Amino acid sequence: MPDISRDDVAHLATLARIDLSDAELDHLAPQLAVILDSIASISEVAAEDVPPTSHALPLTNVFREDVATPGLTAEQALSGAPEVEEQRFSVPRILGEEQ
Amino acid sequence: MTDWTRSTAAELADALANGETTSVELTQAHLDRTAAVDGAVHAYLHVDAEGALAQAEASDARRAAGSPASRLDGVPIAVKDVLATQGLPTTCGSRILEGWIPPYDATVVDTLRRAGLPILGKTNMDEFAMGSSTEHSAYGPTHNPWDLDRIPGGSGGGSAAAVASYQAPLALGTDTGGSIRQPGAVTGTVGVKPTYGGVSRYGLVALANSLDQVGPVTRTVLDSALLHELVGGHDPRDSTSIDQPLPDLVAAAELGATGDMSGVRIGVVKELSGEGYQPGVLARFEESVELLVKAGAEVVEVSCPTFVHALATYYLILPAEASSNLAKFDAMRYGLRVYPDGVDAPSAEEVMRATRDKGFGDEVKRRIILGTYALSSGYYDAYYGQAQKVRTLISRDFEAAFAKADVLVSPTAPTTAFKLGEKLDDPLAMYLNDLATIPANLAGVPGISVPSGLADEDGLPAGFQVLAPALADDRVYRVGAALEKLLADQWGGPLLAQAPTLDGVAR
Repeated sequence: MPDISRDDVAHLATLARIDLSDAELDHLAPQLAVILDSIASISEVAAEDVPPTSHALPLTNVFREDVATPGLTAEQALSGAPEVEEQRFSVPRILGEEQ
Repeated sequence: MTDWTRSTAAELADALANGETTSVELTQAHLDRTAAVDGAVHAYLHVDAEGALAQAEASDARRAAGSPASRLDGVPIAVKDVLATQGLPTTCGSRILEGWIPPYDATVVDTLRRAGLPILGKTNMDEFAMGSSTEHSAYGPTHNPWDLDRIPGGSGGGSAAAVASYQAPLALGTDTGGSIRQPGAVTGTVGVKPTYGGVSRYGLVALANSLDQVGPVTRTVLDSALLHELVGGHDPRDSTSIDQPLPDLVAAAELGATGDMSGVRIGVVKELSGEGYQPGVLARFEESVELLVKAGAEVVEVSCPTFVHALATYYLILPAEASSNLAKFDAMRYGLRVYPDGVDAPSAEEVMRATRDKGFGDEVKRRIILGTYALSSGYYDAYYGQAQKVRTLISRDFEAAFAKADVLVSPTAPTTAFKLGEKLDDPLAMYLNDLATIPANLAGVPGISVPSGLADEDGLPAGFQVLAPALADDRVYRVGAALEKLLADQWGGPLLAQAPTLDGVAR
């Protein structure tokens, strides 16, 4: 397993949409390196022909009857929103000015 | 006057049915107990006295009319704060959900309400169920009723401490890698992780979908069986829910309580003991196995060679699923929203990044980043793909072992409760607490933890784990109840009778 550097952690944090301060990066990066080191052994355990398990219970195609069931009202759905405007979720801008 | 908080849920149900008490009386008794001790224990994040008493009144009215909704109608319960409760805060122990009040009930919560169990409150937990000590709760740790300076286990330390300190006769927990069983072990209580798919996950805020299960947290095996039978079974709202009836769990617990183990083959898992296990925990484990053998069980040693890779497998699969699950906390539709400092008109992405930095604690950040890494291109096949293959090998080990034994047994956790703060900033040491419980989650099989006694070194509780094949949850109840009875006969009562009373603890 390759080492995980402070820069790698910063990049991963960006991908995961978490602002990490310098102090947090200093704290977390070495811990993550230790954790990764301890799980590295996994890459040599299973032979090529072992099928992967994604779920303990091999279920496929679970259907239900196509009947309408009650859902949340608009009011209920919006009840936990940080900001609401005209019965909609109000969110910060998505695009920059140059876009 | 009877102190109803000391009774089991089964006894309370009988007392209600016989008219010896009312739901209001015993709900109030538990609320009073919480008022007296929870300042020191901190099992609850939220107590709903008013709501619980209103539900208790309604329950008493049903009893008076001769139409109780269930055997447990009127018996109060605590619910882990990871289960959505309409009208009651649900934080998952995280700042990012502080003050969130779900507009719907989890299916299991809806079942509790329909069955008439007053909900006392929501119990503390490691943030998003990530942890083994409850110290990762954003709202402060829960304290172990056996020693308030020690951890109550985790992630469901709140539920375990609530029943251990007689603040509730029953609680619901969730178990992703041991979060019901390990707290049970270190608090001297009983906890069951059902077969994956045996209890609905609808309304359970997912940590790792393919591993999470809701289950009972109680003081006795019979109480767990009663609660498991109530909340278990098929739920069309959970596509991984098993569409077939549960085995008769209460009957299995009653059969076990006769103490007769003849005809039962018990497999001791070689890989789940020895190095890393505290001597006092191993001593209580070995005595428990001997007791079961004396009661007629046949014991065999089984080997599950890939179990040694279970921890590594788990810490790839869990963060991968968690990082994807927690992407929904984006500061847009619910939960916290934080605007970054010194940015004019920040974008949605900047708000999201600032919110997730403020809203998530260290352990959540660690696991999200680990999961993002494991799923990123170039590493996916080497880590996540490999972990999924090892998961298959672990299931095969279980299959081979269950060909030789009806149940498998091990200590539940390698050690007794450690001191608060001791492992807080050493993630790897913390992860090792789940060494013996994780294989069951990876394979989806059921497991129970029952108290096995106090370790000689520190006088703290240890747990005995019983695992059974998928869908054979009844076996863990039979063996668990047998051991519970055999040990109680030796001790002259339940282990919890030896716990400090907490009378006069500072609030």
